[in-house]
Amino acid sequence: MDIYRAHVLCCGGTGCTSSGSAQIIERFEQKIKEAGLEKEVKVVRTGCFGLCEAGPVVIVYPEGTFYSRVKVEDVDEIVSEHLLKGRHVQHLVYTDHATHEQNANKGLQDINFYKHQKRVALRNCGVIDPENIDEYLAFDGYKALEKALTSMTREQVIDEILKSGLRGRGGGGFPTGLKWKFTYSSQADQKYVACNADEGDPGAFMDRSVLEGDPHCVLEAMAIAGYAIGASEGYIYVRAEYPIAVKRLEIAIAQAHEYGLLGENIFGTGFNFDIKIRLGAGAFVCGEETALMRSIEGKRGEPTPRPPFPAVKGLFGKPTMLNNVETYANVAQIILKGADWFASMGTEKSKGTKVFALGGKINNTGLVEVPMGTPLRTIIYDIGGGIPNGKKFKAVQTGGPSGGCLPAELLDTPVDYDNLIAAGSMMGSGGMIVMDEDNCMVDIARFFLDFTVDESCGKCTPCRVGTRRMLEILERIVNGKGEEGDIERLEELANTIKSTALCGLGQTAPNPVLSTLKFFRSEYEAHIREKRCPAHHCRALLHYVINPDLCRGCTACTRVCPVEAISGELRKPHQIDTSKCLKCGACAEKCKFHAITRE
Amino acid sequence: MPDMKEKFAQLDQAIQELKDQPGALMPVLQRAQNIFGCVSLDVQKRIAEGLGVTLSEVYGVATFYAQFSLVPSGKYVISVCLGTACYVKGSQKVLDRLSEELGIPVGGTTRDGLFTLNATRCLGACGLAPVMTINEEVYGRLVPDDIPGILAKYKE
Repeated sequence: MDIYRAHVLCCGGTGCTSSGSAQIIERFEQKIKEAGLEKEVKVVRTGCFGLCEAGPVVIVYPEGTFYSRVKVEDVDEIVSEHLLKGRHVQHLVYTDHATHEQNANKGLQDINFYKHQKRVALRNCGVIDPENIDEYLAFDGYKALEKALTSMTREQVIDEILKSGLRGRGGGGFPTGLKWKFTYSSQADQKYVACNADEGDPGAFMDRSVLEGDPHCVLEAMAIAGYAIGASEGYIYVRAEYPIAVKRLEIAIAQAHEYGLLGENIFGTGFNFDIKIRLGAGAFVCGEETALMRSIEGKRGEPTPRPPFPAVKGLFGKPTMLNNVETYANVAQIILKGADWFASMGTEKSKGTKVFALGGKINNTGLVEVPMGTPLRTIIYDIGGGIPNGKKFKAVQTGGPSGGCLPAELLDTPVDYDNLIAAGSMMGSGGMIVMDEDNCMVDIARFFLDFTVDESCGKCTPCRVGTRRMLEILERIVNGKGEEGDIERLEELANTIKSTALCGLGQTAPNPVLSTLKFFRSEYEAHIREKRCPAHHCRALLHYVINPDLCRGCTACTRVCPVEAISGELRKPHQIDTSKCLKCGACAEKCKFHAITRE
Repeated sequence: MPDMKEKFAQLDQAIQELKDQPGALMPVLQRAQNIFGCVSLDVQKRIAEGLGVTLSEVYGVATFYAQFSLVPSGKYVISVCLGTACYVKGSQKVLDRLSEELGIPVGGTTRDGLFTLNATRCLGACGLAPVMTINEEVYGRLVPDDIPGILAKYKE
């Protein structure tokens, strides 16, 4: 093996690739060669580092210098200064949002964003080259599979998962070990292991990062699961919208075959296991387990009633064990380090860690993994760096279209499955979207209902018709046409849909409305009774006014107004004719004196 | 059209390759979508014959999934992310501006066949919100005023 004096790690996740990391890697390779350093410095394309806000990200080891928002043009400087002369390129070193600290000698673990994190599922993301199986093997890869196959019985494997307290990371939180046990107990000539990588919650990208950054850990866990339940075949159902993840999975499967870690007679134990990839085609409901299996069968992805549960009758009518990507990402570690190690992290009923995709109005957008029970405040302020532009925190949305919005009073809630449900939201797959004072909570509820109406498969009436009726009411409210009694009608519909819809998507669809009604009821009332949007967001309910004390009469606004709604003499305060105004906001953007405000 | 003949030959080959695996319909439709850019009725008929399933089954699946379209798209497909992270950061305004500049509603294609405008679910590049893609190219941290300049690049 070649020894290098320095490693340049470049993020090759979707976020950084979107902002040009592929070109950066190419440039590094070219420049390093030109400098004659190709035997001393190695460039590695890794998975996601997590701090997407700072992307494209480059880390130079052994120093661990963290360069952020690197551009292709910056590469030459990093090569000539850092790699040739050993001097940091100070202006590219990551600056902490909160402390404005910029320290080139600080390792990743000392940066605020990473300090409070504990990486189990993401342990290899941003560390290894996901397209090289040797790097995974160097980090104990496939050791857990070897341990399970050569020194544990099938029952012992299931028992270890059961004891660890691992619960489904896709959102439901069902004990993983129980699922394994049920499928193990089903008698059949053929069983299947399946992986749900149809990550559809808007604003969630944990699973994608695991698949892009550490695909082998999912393959290894699926093989362990196959051994435990008695299956020789596995399916990964992955979103077609994740081309990088799909490509890396394909490479990983081929490499694992080549090394004999998938295929026939694995580790000489007579155990056979193979994995196939199936692509989704853009249907959110396919994240629901029964719908997902129908889709793998090549049918319309419509859910079917349970029971029968997949553990009894799943894919192609055979017992099937379906887990989410992040759930699998924990399995090998549990087998290697033991159930007690895993259970030592987290809260009483939620063990281990959870990955969250932190986004929206937050300084450090990115991927965060914390022990269960970490308070929302720690995640949003200590790790996320708080709200940008001096704005005030209003709510945090968890659980995507199935979850809810939690207000500032609940920021000290320790995050686990049960606490979030008690608070009126849910864990979901791990999307965590922060909203500030400019976001209207009625409009956010409308946004999620719009999503559900669009994605409802149409099979059952409560979801197909009920969510549409709810959306119509919400649209009326944000357009200033809300009526007395609308809130009650929403609540009645919501409760009916919750108790009568066929699948999880329908049953949880009203949650965004119910949780905003619970915590932000006054915003609904202001829209309906006062025809006012407190966040100044809903276009139909706001109007623009010119403050005569600040207006200099420069006429910049009159020139930009598309409907000539602004009038006034030169160098004298202007006025807006509200009957003509389209509320496009062009005037406010143009005004240099901040004289135009929304009310 | 010789071009279509060749495409149908490619489709037949894909059907032969995939028809023996369980649940072949989805992968075949995905290949067809890539070959033709859409799955029109003719294409669906050929798939039904090739796989030995009814046309109604093929149509049912093709219309269920957002990824399959029955009509061809424009040369450049613009997809604006309306995922939650992008939405709270103002992607709706970007979408509205595109609709205005192109003179087409969401889901529409311009008369010259150059642009199709789509609203899409989370693209997963939340760190760059608000985000849109034009074919494979990603544009991040957008404001509505960026739109005319970006479109101009494609109109040349």
